[in-house]
Amino acid sequence: MAQRLPIVLFALVMAVLPFVPGIPPFWIVLLDNIGLAALVAMGLVILTGVGGLTSFGQAAFCGFGAYTTAILTTSYGLSPWLSLPAALVVSGIAAVVLGLMTVRLSGHYLPLGTIAWGISLFYLFSKLELTGRNDGISSIPPLAIGTFEMRNPNTIYFAIWLAVVVAALITVNLLDSRMGRAIRALRRGHIAAESFGVQTAQAKLLVFIYAAVLAGLSGWLYAHFQRAVNPTPFGPQAGIEYLFVAVLGGAGYVWGAVLGAGIVTVLKEILQSYLPLLFKNETQFEIVVFGVLLVALLQLAPNGLWPRLLALLPLTPRGQQPQPAAALPAREIDTASTGPLLTIDKARKQFGGVLAVNDVSFEVGRREIVALIGPNGAGKSTTFNLVTGVLTTTSGRVSILGQDTTDTPPQQVVRLGVARTFQHVKLVPDMTVLENVAIGAHLRGHAGAIASMLRLDRADEAKLLAEAARQIARVGLTDQMHQLAGSLSLGQQRIVEIARALCADPVLLLLDEPAAGLRHKEKQQLAELLRQLRDGGMSVLLVEHDMGFVMNLAQRIVVLDFGTKIAEGTPETIRTNPDVIRAYLGGTA
Amino acid sequence: MDTTILLFLLQDGITNGAIYALLGLGLVLVFAVTRIILIPQGEFVTFGALTYAALAVGQVPGTARLGVVLGLVALAFDLFAARNNLTARAVARSAAVYAVLPFAILGIANAVASPQNPAALNFLLSLIIVAPIGLYLYRIAFQPIAHASVLVLLIASVGVHLALQGLGLVFFGPEGLRGPPISETAVTLGTLRFTGQSLGIYATTLTLIVALWLFFGRTLYGKALRATAVNRLGARLVGIRTSLSGQLAVLLAAVIGAVSGILIVPVTTIYYDTGFLIGLKGFVAAIIGGLISYPLTALAAVLVGIVEAFSSFYASNYKEVIVFTLLLPVLVLRSLAAPAVEEEKD
Repeated sequence: MAQRLPIVLFALVMAVLPFVPGIPPFWIVLLDNIGLAALVAMGLVILTGVGGLTSFGQAAFCGFGAYTTAILTTSYGLSPWLSLPAALVVSGIAAVVLGLMTVRLSGHYLPLGTIAWGISLFYLFSKLELTGRNDGISSIPPLAIGTFEMRNPNTIYFAIWLAVVVAALITVNLLDSRMGRAIRALRRGHIAAESFGVQTAQAKLLVFIYAAVLAGLSGWLYAHFQRAVNPTPFGPQAGIEYLFVAVLGGAGYVWGAVLGAGIVTVLKEILQSYLPLLFKNETQFEIVVFGVLLVALLQLAPNGLWPRLLALLPLTPRGQQPQPAAALPAREIDTASTGPLLTIDKARKQFGGVLAVNDVSFEVGRREIVALIGPNGAGKSTTFNLVTGVLTTTSGRVSILGQDTTDTPPQQVVRLGVARTFQHVKLVPDMTVLENVAIGAHLRGHAGAIASMLRLDRADEAKLLAEAARQIARVGLTDQMHQLAGSLSLGQQRIVEIARALCADPVLLLLDEPAAGLRHKEKQQLAELLRQLRDGGMSVLLVEHDMGFVMNLAQRIVVLDFGTKIAEGTPETIRTNPDVIRAYLGGTA
Repeated sequence: MDTTILLFLLQDGITNGAIYALLGLGLVLVFAVTRIILIPQGEFVTFGALTYAALAVGQVPGTARLGVVLGLVALAFDLFAARNNLTARAVARSAAVYAVLPFAILGIANAVASPQNPAALNFLLSLIIVAPIGLYLYRIAFQPIAHASVLVLLIASVGVHLALQGLGLVFFGPEGLRGPPISETAVTLGTLRFTGQSLGIYATTLTLIVALWLFFGRTLYGKALRATAVNRLGARLVGIRTSLSGQLAVLLAAVIGAVSGILIVPVTTIYYDTGFLIGLKGFVAAIIGGLISYPLTALAAVLVGIVEAFSSFYASNYKEVIVFTLLLPVLVLRSLAAPAVEEEKD
């Protein structure tokens, strides 16, 4: 609740504002415009700032919302309230169609794609008979409740700001949930997220649709505010401006959208009224100032103004202790079958001319700690990636619990009970340790995006967070639970990855160099933890370079060299195996 | 449709396509060296075209003054960046490039401008006015964030585009301008008539494609520029001056843009915002070329020109819709062809 307090306060202030005596009516018009821009920018915050998908084309979605209601209310006499769902659905469908085409685009191709369809749709709006060509559509009816018509800026103000407050609430809710963590991992941790069952392509499409629906809502309000629509406010220029609003406010912050919208709208107004005095008869000089400001902003405050504002406030973010909650149901393990847990049969991976893994075969049994060792470049991490589906095999088979999992996607592999850590730590640096670990339990929760927006996911969420806290305690990082993952030492980050993997309730744990960067004492603790896990029924396959650690811990060791298995056996036999000694120390040893 | 129309449309498409190819090449060049997607490339077209048109009637356009202002700002940036390590040599070099040069150009423009100037002189003059703008822009807008991600650079690039487009309106007004052709000759081949202008366009495009291809593929310096794009730190460690290569790339792009503008302004009326759309079509071509390949970009540009010519004949209203929608399937294919697993680092 404490988290919602600022929103309630903000809503109260905005509700009272129009009644303050002496407030110039012109300010209310400005506030209306700020609200409209903030709605679109809020979508961009999720899409670009959080999800990492840059769109220059949001104005086109406003267009879908605005034109839908304009056509339905003028040509078909529909009530604006009935055209609202239609406007949102049309924007949403447009987003699905464009999203299916563009969210798959990698890197910089996506923003270029959005520029392309942004321009394309703008021309479509201005050429189609249906949308009234360049003249647009006029005499759109005002919003009305009974006989009360929102004809002037003072009355529609409430509709606009109600929409902004509700959108902010829903957005904050969404981000603080199971789906929210998946979205927040899109930008800087999608490989790890996929290894814990997050369907990243779906999550991308989800934020794309969400942003488009918010833009459509803004367009619907705009149409009934102006009571006329034409193509200009939905063109590429406007799309660029919305992105500017989001970047200025702080692209990762919901309230940054409102702040950015406020600054840009007021700035535009000031520029429009004063620049002509400075530069006589120059109509569009504000665009120049805008462009210069955008460039300056990227150089001076690339994270936007909102985080700078927050830093000024004497607030220390304190994490909430997760509520005690019922434990998540544990994985049902078929104790009757006795076959191996993991079977790798002649797995082969070729990258062009490089043979990274050459027909490697070995097994991992139940309650067993197996170490995979070998000099650098031996193919150890590649083998991990083949097992977890991050890479596809060139040939050979991988099976888990007797089920063939060759080339199944990582999201499927984790379902079978295989969880992993990464050689190069893959945590989302701007999420807390608790949130990062909770991603591990992604598949053990069920709440979807809509439930999260409406806060219907709390019971589910409490269980996930309690599980995450339990695993953090197990690895001994409770004191760091609410710190940002990026602020931890590398050794601690590796331990966080283990906690995240444990959250998936695995039967087989794959650890890629877990002891690197740990101090001696910490290594001993880690070894103790792994033994406990084994005694609890889990198997561990680990890649490690610290031979003391491996020899004391593993029951069996598999040695790779240049992609080929050269030895397998107990630590004692491996220690004296001439092939292994030669691989590590050179031919003459 | 009879063959005359077909041939005419093809010719029209190829002429426009050649221009798009030039612009596409500039974009590929800049992206390959700096990772900047140079949206303001279109503004260089506008500036080149309108500077040439203004010079043709004896006026010194605002772009010459813009060069001076930008040069001085860039000088300030340079001195500020080097404030702890100022040497007389460095200051002299900066002052020469960023202050003396633009003032000299402005002086020359003021002294020479006259309605009686031959077209070739105006061509040259326009080039030396517009080209340094590219250099200074890189120093001011991009060099301080040269290490940033492609996306940040792209947003900055959009900012530069907005500013330049607004300035274009300030300098040249909302009315479009046309310039005199550089050559009046014409060749007739069957039913088709090739003007000297269009032949000039073809020749320039072909020359530049071959030159760029050779430069980047065959010379050590060109390879050094490419290395900068792949790994800035690595390039610096082996002694490549990365800031200089960025400046050079954008300078070249400005020259290419200005040349394209000067080549088309006798054929079509150019408004302050025309360059943006023309530039974007160059983009479509550059993206089809994967922002890497020069010959592929040139081919794609001709294709874009032909698609545009045919759609303006059959569905002129939807010309832009068709051309820009063409990009989407290409992007999807590109993206599928190279499913690079990349995660943002910052």
